[in-house]
Amino acid sequence: MNRRTWLRGLLAGVGATIAAGCEKVATAPPALKMLKVAEKWNQGAQRAIIGRHALAPEFTEADISRTFKANGTRRPFDEEYNSHLNSGFSGWKLVVDGLVETPLALTLAELRALPSRTQITRHDCVEGWSCIGKWKGARLSALLDQARLKPEAKFIVFHCMDTLGSSKYYESIDLVDARHEQSILAYDMNGAPVSVEHGAPLRLRVERQLGYKQAKYIGRIEAVASLKGIGGGAGGFWEDFGYEWYAGI
Amino acid sequence: MSAETARAALTPMKVMVKRHGLLVRLNHWVNVIALVLLLGSGLQIFNAHAALYWGKASNFDHPWFSMYAERSKDGAQMKGFTTLGSAKVETTGVFGASKLDGKWQDQGFPGWMTVPGGEFDLTNGRHWHLFFAWVFAVNGLIYLVTGLIGRHLIRDVLPSGRDLKTIFKDPHLRLKFSKGPESARYHQVQKLAYSGVVFLLLPTIALTGMTMSPGLNAAFPFLLDLFGGRQSARSIHFICANLIVAFVIVHLLAVILSGPLNQVRAMLTGKLAIIPSDEEAHS
Repeated sequence: MNRRTWLRGLLAGVGATIAAGCEKVATAPPALKMLKVAEKWNQGAQRAIIGRHALAPEFTEADISRTFKANGTRRPFDEEYNSHLNSGFSGWKLVVDGLVETPLALTLAELRALPSRTQITRHDCVEGWSCIGKWKGARLSALLDQARLKPEAKFIVFHCMDTLGSSKYYESIDLVDARHEQSILAYDMNGAPVSVEHGAPLRLRVERQLGYKQAKYIGRIEAVASLKGIGGGAGGFWEDFGYEWYAGI
Repeated sequence: MSAETARAALTPMKVMVKRHGLLVRLNHWVNVIALVLLLGSGLQIFNAHAALYWGKASNFDHPWFSMYAERSKDGAQMKGFTTLGSAKVETTGVFGASKLDGKWQDQGFPGWMTVPGGEFDLTNGRHWHLFFAWVFAVNGLIYLVTGLIGRHLIRDVLPSGRDLKTIFKDPHLRLKFSKGPESARYHQVQKLAYSGVVFLLLPTIALTGMTMSPGLNAAFPFLLDLFGGRQSARSIHFICANLIVAFVIVHLLAVILSGPLNQVRAMLTGKLAIIPSDEEAHS
């Protein structure tokens, strides 16, 4: 067999393998496990490049989107949520617990009394679209200072009141993002209380990550040492379906 | 005249010459794999929101480019449409709506074009895209740095002023491909095309990709200004991908016209067969 026929055979073989195996290989667990290392590369590289304090870009009033698309749950069907909604969240309290010295239960009025921040930022959905909105909310770091994190706390978990599909929505971030200046628990959007489709009464804004990290309908905030054992263990509702936990890209 | 000398006179002598360095060949094939997978997974990601906008945010009523499906009343049939500006074309079966295993799919690009193939799968499309983005970026940086230090890019790829002045005299524009010594160097049109891809198209697609990252926006906000906002960056990223596809088509046609086995072998082994006696068509 000369080199030319050998080469032709090789190319034909490779071509056939690619055609037949593409679909299977592309979704086979070992292939995906290898590909998911990129999430760690992105997290490592971005954290090194961005630094703790750099702010997500902020925009002007003129940039605010006329239509701000809502995604995921738009109208929770959960009974507990709806009873709070019907009473205007008057009996609702945000629970802060887990690895904290002082567990808290705060009313909306108490949350509004915490140090706040107002920011006009861009919301980037993992699907590719972007909307710009003005958010006002309690600084997450102020809340964590009040609850006093225990030293072993590594992640902040946001337990939501809505059920999407068959499980409750939840999200988590680490302390770098939790302590960031723009990380707020938003109660106002574009100058009015956050609407139901956008997460009333309280939604997270963690502006250097994608939209699925911006948990809506927050009911409880828990400080934990590990994300294992919460939900599916991947750190969030969509993460349990395979999305990246670090959603900076 | 003996039979042998007659044949020798009729069959020109072939000589193998060194054409491509080892690193350039490695860079080339790694790039082939990365770009194919980036394109397929990129189309998969595009399908998650098959519309493109200009500016900072999405103006949902006015995409400059979009694909979508319209269902028949009973839901059994689907029509696919593609819009560009105010023009709207029915693209049923390919763009907007296509069949997969006999069932209609509401999908921008059809499943046979995407990575992973088949049904819409943003999760895994992103895993493929973000992994091979690193492969592409590291490979490209190695090519650029070694090409600049080793002067390959400046000596062989960048067109000179003389190249640009004589660009319309390039015989390759008339689809005339030399088999002589001239075939062992890049010609004017090729230099311009390669330079455009290496110095403009590929860096732009990498930078617009980075501009879509909300994390990197915090570190490099000037990239948003450079490309006119995140949605513009997404549009430019898509346009660059199309231009790369266009380049690859022309590139493959040129390979086929200039002797595909010889050219592919040269990109694998580094050695190109030339006929030293072949007269140049060059002016």
